[in-house]
Amino acid sequence: MSNAPRVEPQAWHPTASLETLRHRGVVMRQIREFFFQRGVLEVNTPVWLPNVAPERHQTPPACSGGYLQTSPETCMKRLLAAGLGAIYQMGPAFRAGESGRLHHPEFTMLEWYRPHWTLTQLMDEVTGLIQTVLPLPSVTTMTFQDVFLQHVGVDPFFSPLEELAKLLGPPALPTTDRALLVDRLFVERLEPALAKLDTLLVVTGFPPWEPGMAEIDPGPPAVARRFEVFIHGVEIANAYQELQNPVEQEQRLIEANRARVKEGGKSLPIDERFLQALRAGLPPCAGVALGLDRLLMLAFAKKSIAEVIAFCDPIHESGTRLRNSSTPCP
Amino acid sequence: MLTHNQLRQGTRVEIDDLPWIIVDAQFVKPGKGQAFTKIKIKNLMDGRVIERTYKSSETVVKASIVDKDMQFLYGDGEFWHFMDPASYEQVAMTRSQVGDVIYWLKEQESYQVTFWKEKPIALTPPPFVILTITQCEPGIKGDTVSGATKPAILQTGATVKVPLFVNEGDRIRVNTRTGEYVERAKG
Repeated sequence: MSNAPRVEPQAWHPTASLETLRHRGVVMRQIREFFFQRGVLEVNTPVWLPNVAPERHQTPPACSGGYLQTSPETCMKRLLAAGLGAIYQMGPAFRAGESGRLHHPEFTMLEWYRPHWTLTQLMDEVTGLIQTVLPLPSVTTMTFQDVFLQHVGVDPFFSPLEELAKLLGPPALPTTDRALLVDRLFVERLEPALAKLDTLLVVTGFPPWEPGMAEIDPGPPAVARRFEVFIHGVEIANAYQELQNPVEQEQRLIEANRARVKEGGKSLPIDERFLQALRAGLPPCAGVALGLDRLLMLAFAKKSIAEVIAFCDPIHESGTRLRNSSTPCP
Repeated sequence: MLTHNQLRQGTRVEIDDLPWIIVDAQFVKPGKGQAFTKIKIKNLMDGRVIERTYKSSETVVKASIVDKDMQFLYGDGEFWHFMDPASYEQVAMTRSQVGDVIYWLKEQESYQVTFWKEKPIALTPPPFVILTITQCEPGIKGDTVSGATKPAILQTGATVKVPLFVNEGDRIRVNTRTGEYVERAKG
């Protein structure tokens, strides 16, 4: 038993312990060293954007007539198109309405781009970086299709929709939307199975229906040229062979806005300068976004990202902070 | 109606025509996919726990539940009777509805009765109750520091661990959540 006086937690105290914050600072320095050694340049781009690259299932918080970025992707691609070379950025990203053990409306994203690299080359670098922070006994690479076949027992691309629906508990879903059924199987059946794995799992060959900004491999089956890294079922990083075609990119953004409106959301103003940069020519490149808070949560054996974030004040208490896109910033 | 981001721990919901309390709610979102909320819910009537997953456009009915503070009157072996001290209205609860709270039931004491659709379904004791020890080994005078304990049987039939200096006939304060002895009641 320690005789040190116990400090009662106060509302103004940091959410993370001081010990965790010291460890966090050390890891951030290791990450900067990792990129310095490899000749990747650190950059800063604005977090406030007048126009964005809309996504169907992500909403940037509205702020002073513009938006807080959901990722630094558009600005970093403008730098790549301008010819800056390999770049990385470690800073805040925002997602309105996302809150939970693994989500917070403001979080820290580590994003980097490797011009003239393939997805496979980037995979080695991503797993290498993760291993410096959180050493794991092995790295396993599997396709999205094989992960589902092995852990859920169905083929996400080819199993009949009725068969996918049968594996779900209530409430039942309509057997018309494969993307929705696969998404729910993912959270209900796959993630709990992956949580038991003690390996660094790299999943490749994602379904083409939500490609983000990845190139599509026409297949068959057609897949998005993406990979994601999972540790204990927690999604840590998402990587693309970046889409270079400005026409296809513009179509995807328009389509995302259309889907948003159809699902009761708002259309978002498309960043024309981002598209201009693609028209001028984005070099072929592979890029990745990594959720730093989640990686630190696992590395420090914490249960929630709130335990590694300095101030993760409850959003319900303050009422409106970053809860939805119609809320203006203070 | 509750939307998926209103599903929070402690909220009481009606699913499959039964009342539940959310014991855990997790926001989940795969990769570029859509958002879901996974909830773990405990049945307010029989205590079983199940899981459900809702997508962002689905809603859940908020359970029409009322909690009332009521005085325990007496148990007749079949029913346990409670009274609203303001309206004098009485309700009778069954043994299974009373559950483990039976060990903390004391006449005149106030308990929280949970009503669903105007029927009593569950009972919550106050955080602490004062009960009399009906049986235990004789006390050892002056031993207030050793930390050693002995079992004591209370007037309700509950067994709690008490310090050695406590005697039969003493009234003690018990934590009803943990079932632990807190202190000897004064007066």
